[in-house]
Amino acid sequence: MLGIVRQKMLEQSLKKIPPAVSVLRSYSSAAKQMTIRDALNSALDEEMSADSKVFLMGEEVGEYQGAYKITKGLLDKYGPERVLDTPITEAGFTGVAVGAAYYGVKPVVEFMTFNFSMQAIDHIINSAAKTNYMSSGQISVPIVFRGPNGAAAGVGAQHSQCYAAWYASCPGLKVLAPYSSEDARGLLKAAIRDPDPVVFLENELLYGESFPVSDEVLDSSFCLPIGKAKIERKGKDVTIAAYSKMVGYALKAAETLEKDGIDAEVINLRSIRPLDRSMINASVRKTSRLVTVEEAFPQHGVGAEICASIVEESFAYLDAPVERIAGADVPMPYAANLERMAVPQVEDIVRAAKRTCYRSVS
Amino acid sequence: MALSHLAASASRSSSLLKPLSSGLSLRRSISGDNSPLTVETSVPFTSHQCEAPSRSVETNPKELLTFFRDMALMRRMEIAADSLYKAKLIRGFCHLYDGQEAVAVGMEAAITKKDCIITAYRDHCTFVSRGGTLLEVFAELMGRQAGCSKGKGGSMHFYKKDSNFYGGHGIVGAQVPLGCGLAFAQKYSKDETVTFALYGDGAANQGQLFEALNISALWDLPAILVCENNHYGMGTAEWRAAKSPAYYKRGDYVPGLKVDGMDALAVKQACKFAKEHALKNGPIILEMDTYRYHGHSMSDPGSTYRTRDEISGVRQERDPIERIRKLILSHDLATEKELKDVEKEVRKEVDDAIAQAKESPMPEPSELFTNVYAKGLGVESFGADRKEVRATLP
Repeated sequence: MLGIVRQKMLEQSLKKIPPAVSVLRSYSSAAKQMTIRDALNSALDEEMSADSKVFLMGEEVGEYQGAYKITKGLLDKYGPERVLDTPITEAGFTGVAVGAAYYGVKPVVEFMTFNFSMQAIDHIINSAAKTNYMSSGQISVPIVFRGPNGAAAGVGAQHSQCYAAWYASCPGLKVLAPYSSEDARGLLKAAIRDPDPVVFLENELLYGESFPVSDEVLDSSFCLPIGKAKIERKGKDVTIAAYSKMVGYALKAAETLEKDGIDAEVINLRSIRPLDRSMINASVRKTSRLVTVEEAFPQHGVGAEICASIVEESFAYLDAPVERIAGADVPMPYAANLERMAVPQVEDIVRAAKRTCYRSVS
Repeated sequence: MALSHLAASASRSSSLLKPLSSGLSLRRSISGDNSPLTVETSVPFTSHQCEAPSRSVETNPKELLTFFRDMALMRRMEIAADSLYKAKLIRGFCHLYDGQEAVAVGMEAAITKKDCIITAYRDHCTFVSRGGTLLEVFAELMGRQAGCSKGKGGSMHFYKKDSNFYGGHGIVGAQVPLGCGLAFAQKYSKDETVTFALYGDGAANQGQLFEALNISALWDLPAILVCENNHYGMGTAEWRAAKSPAYYKRGDYVPGLKVDGMDALAVKQACKFAKEHALKNGPIILEMDTYRYHGHSMSDPGSTYRTRDEISGVRQERDPIERIRKLILSHDLATEKELKDVEKEVRKEVDDAIAQAKESPMPEPSELFTNVYAKGLGVESFGADRKEVRATLP
């Protein structure tokens, strides 16, 4: 609070820390491994099996087995009445799905990427998000909109935007962003079971990544609560809050920071709306420093909202200004070197964390 | 048979020359019976990609008298809403349906409450035909608790889920894919029911309509798209907005029917035909040739883009209530006085409902935060000054 940098004991920095997820992955441990792709596929399968009202709709979700193979095998298992290939008409098929949800069935709509959801955004906001309120509770909308969101690799400006902040600003929507396979399973199941419209933001580059999953996670009744973040790595010097792929980067940054004697606490937001303000504030009250990380455009983003929340609720606890790491404030370029500059890298997170600790960055 | 019918009604009407003390007994005595009556529609149907239904419509005295009463009620309700708006008791948008009543009553006569209806923002009368009460209408328009959306929706957001009325939508054209979605869900649930998705000539050019029509035709959905063509999309006449204003043909591969929307019996026949078609063969388009006497909304006088002569001409020649009145009188199903008494009765009902609605309180401040979600998860929501006003969403 007085800007005094806390000194670390050398022994502390040498103490063994709980391994980050990436370290765990390199050991062939007894814990089962599951890719995000399989996590999502199994979640869809189990929820469709449990509730006959759940059905899938989207481009190439059926016969093509899914543009990213997330819905692989589901057409064979559930038939064309429950796994529907749509024409390339987002406004039309999203409206159809929302209308079906009005009636009481439970669509899971896939956008091939969330960039295409802009063609349907009127239905997501005006037809889905606001209807329970306008009808004073008569018509609820149990729909899930899912698909890859944010930057991929080399796909250019029109295919790389992150929509978390746009959707999360709208009351009536719930917005989720899984990171690990446990997140993917638990949050997708929660989304499908939830009676409100849920925007489920996946990440294309994470689909093939494996994460350890416990037996509890693999059970078909497994579900995670909506609106609760997770502390992926406990720490006491600086809080790093991130979502989706950036959680992995934050964890790598934490490993680097640890070598320099900075013990970072990494929060996986999991839920962008509702935002787990109480957990983030509790963490910052403990560490006194905050770095927010997102791949999205910086202005009016998730990091800005988190910063506002801290300033409103925990101002007195801050020992340094809140730092925001975000995508560059430009449309996504194609050239590999420029693209690299347009998204956060681990060193950006490390540098920002060091700034909050008033360490010189070398 | 017609003569005996005449004799029966003559003896009935003579006993009614005495003034009546109760409106209810008046209704009972001219509620008519179910003896079948066949009436020809004003004009034959014009069809596209299908065979038009017959011009001869089966009806009965009871139905005709119900049509008269219901349309008179709707007419009176909309005119009263006009006054309330000018008195500043209704705020924001108010889109009135007077002139178009035949579409609402004719459609309802052909279907059940298990069939779905979804429309745009000119929804007051459709809500009533689905079973909504006058109190719910006026209270909602005035933003009171007794409103159908508890005052939180307003004129454009009336809903009645228990009779499958899905609103009430403010975004032009959006209700059409939503309606096709309702039809999808009906088919998915194997309910053997249909959805009527209503839209105007202005919305008829919306891209999402054609996207939804394509999906409906591909998947054989029991969707009936009903274009309420009142010939003006706000201030723009149909010939200025559509290269082809033959809306019943715009479905291309989807069959269509053009209907005199000012003739409740023609509407009923067309909707009955459409329901049978949709259940067997998928989507169909109905174009209702209709007319609105008011402007687009209360902020539009309605006379800058059309002549007063045109408006009064339609009122003279095609008014839906007058058509039914003439039919009832020519078949001796009631006397002129009896029909006038119905209109007086309906006027009183409307006045009573308005008085009751005015008594209804505005929503409690806590209602600001209710129904944001169906399942609020105990999350926090904020007022304008979040340090002053916070709420937990139930």
